[in-house]
Amino acid sequence: MIPATGKPSLAPKARLRFDRISGGDMLLYPERGLALNGTAASILKLCDGDRTVEGIVGELHREYLDRTDDDVRHEVSEFLEDLLKRGLLRVLG
Amino acid sequence: MTEAHRPYTLVAELTYACPLHCVYCSNPVDLARHAATLDTASWLRVLREAEGLGVVQVNLTGGEPLLRQDLEEIVEEAHRLDLYTNLITSGIPLERERLARLRALGLSNVQVSIQDSRPAGSDRIAGTEAFHRKLAVARWVKELGFPLTLNTVLHRENLDHVEEVVALAEELHADRLELANTQYLGWALANRRALIPARAQIEKARSIAAAARTRLEGRMEVLFVVPDYYAEFPPSCMDGWGRRFLVVSPDGLLLPCLLAHTLPDLTFANVREGPLADLWNDSPGMNAFRGESWMPDPCRTCDKRTVDFGGCRCQAYHLTGNAAATDPACTLSPHHGLVEGAREEAVAPGAHLVPFRYRWPRA
Ligand SMILES: C[S@@+](CC[C@H](N)C(=O)[O-])C[C@H]1O[C@@H](n2cnc3c(N)ncnc32)[C@H](O)[C@@H]1O
Ligand code: SF4
Ligand code: SF4
Repeated sequence: MIPATGKPSLAPKARLRFDRISGGDMLLYPERGLALNGTAASILKLCDGDRTVEGIVGELHREYLDRTDDDVRHEVSEFLEDLLKRGLLRVLG
Repeated sequence: MTEAHRPYTLVAELTYACPLHCVYCSNPVDLARHAATLDTASWLRVLREAEGLGVVQVNLTGGEPLLRQDLEEIVEEAHRLDLYTNLITSGIPLERERLARLRALGLSNVQVSIQDSRPAGSDRIAGTEAFHRKLAVARWVKELGFPLTLNTVLHRENLDHVEEVVALAEELHADRLELANTQYLGWALANRRALIPARAQIEKARSIAAAARTRLEGRMEVLFVVPDYYAEFPPSCMDGWGRRFLVVSPDGLLLPCLLAHTLPDLTFANVREGPLADLWNDSPGMNAFRGESWMPDPCRTCDKRTVDFGGCRCQAYHLTGNAAATDPACTLSPHHGLVEGAREEAVAPGAHLVPFRYRWPRA
């Protein structure tokens, strides 16, 4: 479990890129790419190594007012856990 | 262009030249036929037009891409286009300063191949003394802050060392380890009798890789590419013909895979002939095996056809003589006996005495 005070950032091998063709963002890493949905892209753009998980949840909640705090928290942690397992994320602190 | 045929990856084979002579090398055996290599300006144009077509990643490979003196310019342009750029290299010949320069120019990832965990075995397969240099290069890669992919091609002589290869990858702090069983094409097909492993070796290596994958989760990605000679169904070759990969050979042919130009009766365009988009969409060779209308039985009615696309066209041709046959690696193929026969060679008496044919030319 990533702690609420952990500060996530992308692993060195991963990079975000806007995809003109789909109009969405992609996460690129060796030999692979993930097409991200809007929420996933918003989460990753906040993973700058300074913000904590809780901070990211807070900012995202302001962006997606129709969702409850718990929903957002759940979505963020599930997504980040998945990236961590794939070695695409670093968490400090 | 439809999403069905959107390329995501450009495989730029910058040259067929190489200081090594790996007996498993997938390059075509008639290297000498491919002479006039693309110049710098053409490669830069290929990068730009590929990006325009939807490409987001580029693999700089060969042969040995380090032999191109214009590698720096190519990396710089790829970076300007915001492409994820992967250098796929033997690590020879390379100085630390040059690698640092490539980092500054925006290279994203470096993949270094090692032939074995043991120096003697590695140099024997490469036909050159290179093992210790390669390890030094892999260390520089990490010191300079690059992500490192380590690639080892597996065959009879090194499959029993997979545990050591994993340990070496850990020691080098690799971010990704590719344990890639030999694909029997190019020089590897010429050396098949000397390389093909026994099933027991594969099974053991596979379980070691699986344990390593679990243990190293989150730290190192461990990929074990199952050899299609021992699989029930073939893997999807290049994610399907002319769908996701755009390959440009050193002499400028636009191809769906690394060896498509070894198939007879297909016409592939040269990138010198016109805009990449037109060639990608309309060249007869690129359209030869797109979709399903070309498929023979049993693929045509098989529910796996949207997953594996009937397997590898090059393997079909080089084993059966017919590029439009079901990949003989498939257990449903009427030609599967050819693959079973090759597997038997692995356990036949004297199998270990077969001499290697080194990738030509030997420098
Ligand atoms: C042809 S090499 C060219 C780049 C560079 N010379 C090298 O060897 O790393 C590209 C990649 O394909 C791998 N490779 C070569 N022959 C292969 C084969 N028969 N089956 C599977 N992988 C192979 C190499 O290990 C390398 O990672
Ligand atoms: S696989 Fe070996 S021989 Fe082939 S290009 Fe790479 S280093 Fe050279
Ligand atoms: S029959 Fe063809 S489509 Fe079906 S699994 Fe075999 S190769 Fe794939």
